[in-house]
Amino acid sequence: MKILVLISNVPDTTTKIRFTGDNKSFDTNGVQWIINPWDELALTRAMELKEAGAFETITVANVGTQITESTLRKALAVGADEAIRVDAVPQDAFFVASQLAKVAEGYDVILAGIEASDYNGAGVGGMLAELLGINSVSAVSGLEIENGALKVHRDIDGGSQVLSVPTPVVLIVQKGIAIEPRIPAMRGIMMARKKPLNVIAPVDAESKTEFLGFELPAPKAACKMVEEDNAKELIRLLHEEAKVL
Amino acid sequence: MNFDFTEEQLMIQQAARDYAQRELIQDVLEREEKAEFPARHVKNLAELGFLGMMVSPEYDGAGMDSVSYVLALQEIAKVDASVAVIMSVNNSLVCYGLQRFANEEQKQKYLKPLARGEVIGAFLLSEPEAGSDATHQHAVAEDKGDYYLLNGTKNWITNASSASVYIVMAQTHPDKKSRGINAFIVDKNTPGITLGPHENKMGMRSSDTHSVMFSDVKVPKENRIGEDGFGFKFAMMVLEAGRIGIASQALGIATGAFERALAYSQERKAFGTEIFNHQSVAFKLSDMAVKIENARNLCLKAAWLKDNHQSITVAGAMAKQYAADIAMEVTTEAVQIHGGYGYVKEYHVERLMREAKLTQIYEGTSEIQKIIISRSLIKE
Ligand SMILES: Cc1cc2nc3c(=O)[nH]c(=O)nc-3n(C[C@H](O)[C@H](O)[C@H](O)COP(=O)(O)OP(=O)(O)OC[C@H]3O[C@@H](n4cnc5c(N)ncnc54)[C@H](O)[C@@H]3O)c2cc1C
Repeated sequence: MKILVLISNVPDTTTKIRFTGDNKSFDTNGVQWIINPWDELALTRAMELKEAGAFETITVANVGTQITESTLRKALAVGADEAIRVDAVPQDAFFVASQLAKVAEGYDVILAGIEASDYNGAGVGGMLAELLGINSVSAVSGLEIENGALKVHRDIDGGSQVLSVPTPVVLIVQKGIAIEPRIPAMRGIMMARKKPLNVIAPVDAESKTEFLGFELPAPKAACKMVEEDNAKELIRLLHEEAKVL
Repeated sequence: MNFDFTEEQLMIQQAARDYAQRELIQDVLEREEKAEFPARHVKNLAELGFLGMMVSPEYDGAGMDSVSYVLALQEIAKVDASVAVIMSVNNSLVCYGLQRFANEEQKQKYLKPLARGEVIGAFLLSEPEAGSDATHQHAVAEDKGDYYLLNGTKNWITNASSASVYIVMAQTHPDKKSRGINAFIVDKNTPGITLGPHENKMGMRSSDTHSVMFSDVKVPKENRIGEDGFGFKFAMMVLEAGRIGIASQALGIATGAFERALAYSQERKAFGTEIFNHQSVAFKLSDMAVKIENARNLCLKAAWLKDNHQSITVAGAMAKQYAADIAMEVTTEAVQIHGGYGYVKEYHVERLMREAKLTQIYEGTSEIQKIIISRSLIKE
């Protein structure tokens, strides 16, 4: 079986978010890039399954400009075997899914993160399945493979569901798919140098959305400390200031 | 001039940061309090390749450069200087010394498992009566034909109880003074070796420091490193490179304290505003930032020189002395910025301050570094 893990390149979660003058685009100056946390978990699970013999090789793919290569290189250092970068500025979910559809053919299992931690679009996985004409399962929090058969765990309201799904399939994964992302070992970092990172030209695809503007959330109010024996004051604050009671 | 790091160097830095921020931070206070050796972390770091970072892949190391080493140690020491010193002694004293000066059989037998981090090593030079002045070794290694008979006491030995491999300096030809000293690879479980109690230290309490007694310890002849009488030169050349490790450790301690103080100064309010808005606090942070930047540049310059096979005698001494001294200053100010909270354990800065002190003492005190630097000023 062949597995493809989609990798989105996102700003480090501690990045101070700023927008450029017209508030229409994100200011990438001085930003540190990382693998989208959900994609990193997907890759971790793919590695575990590979180690258990379910896959021979793991391919990772990303739509992005050259700045995403260090993120792909990290995926290779963690343990992916080859990487594909579609050389384009990712515009919106449809645009990205259209690019990925060209490289995702022929894989049995495609793992997509439930969303990317930058724009929280949560659209690529489903659209990709549609464009490929294959099934997708969303909110996947567990994946097992026994003798080539997929057993998929989904979180549903108040419980969970276990499915058996045929391949090829796009699995849209969330927390739980793996426990903790792996830290690349030095050996992996050395080997990443020699692994293939193929850059391919984008296909024509229109974007379906236009960004009108961004807004930052209101600044967080300061934390108020209440003495432990002063429940009255706590209730007054919750009632009069926080207005939650 | 190029100040950019390579993709690999950044990846190593990130890997070290991830490990430190995810794992070391969880039990650093508890281990420090109990003076407990970080066995689990040493094993994990070995698996990630951090214990033999610069050893060539031919001997099972990761083959990384010294610049990566500086970046990695800084990240580890930001959170846990005890783990950083274990890493530093194994990498830049033990592995480096063997890779550079041991013969092929010694490398196959000892360097490989050390580079894989399966076992760790210790470096035994200091004695009760010979610290800064290491030329006067009282430990003796008597030449008995096909083995040496080792007697004496080594003091302040990092990794003494956790290491399996010792590198021991001892005097063979007292009449030849420092030119009579030899360096040996000694298996820790050789009969005749006993350890003193775990030193009850001010800081870096989870690194194990002991004195080590040798009483009629037989060391096979083939375990001598280099020619007869090479030991002192060996120790000095190894320590020269080792200083980059301790300098980076000091840099990490300073950075850890600075980052905590900076964050705290933007949260803590006094007189109606965050204390960062009081200029004397902001200026302290400004001074700390400049010192850290200087120390970092000195460390990286020394590492770069080493990677480019140039002399690091002076650069290493400058990096070690400066980074250690500013680590003491920066951590002291970080405690000050934290006020009373800085004086209790939960806020980490008092621990960082205790840790900083050691960097001015071991692997050559700050005064000894100044001797090296000042002598170089008048040398042709
Ligand atoms: C926790 C810890 C771990 C250590 N780990 C190791 C280890 O793994 N292996 C190892 O071999 N050693 C180790 N050491 C020993 C360390 O390197 C020595 O303590 C250090 O070199 C200083 O030697 P000393 O303690 O004998 O001090 P001394 O040499 O007695 O120095 C006392 C003071 O005099 C000053 N001084 C001495 N000579 C001069 C001079 N000529 N000019 C100006 N000032 C001078 C010193 O700077 C210092 O301030 C460790 C020490 C500690 C505390």
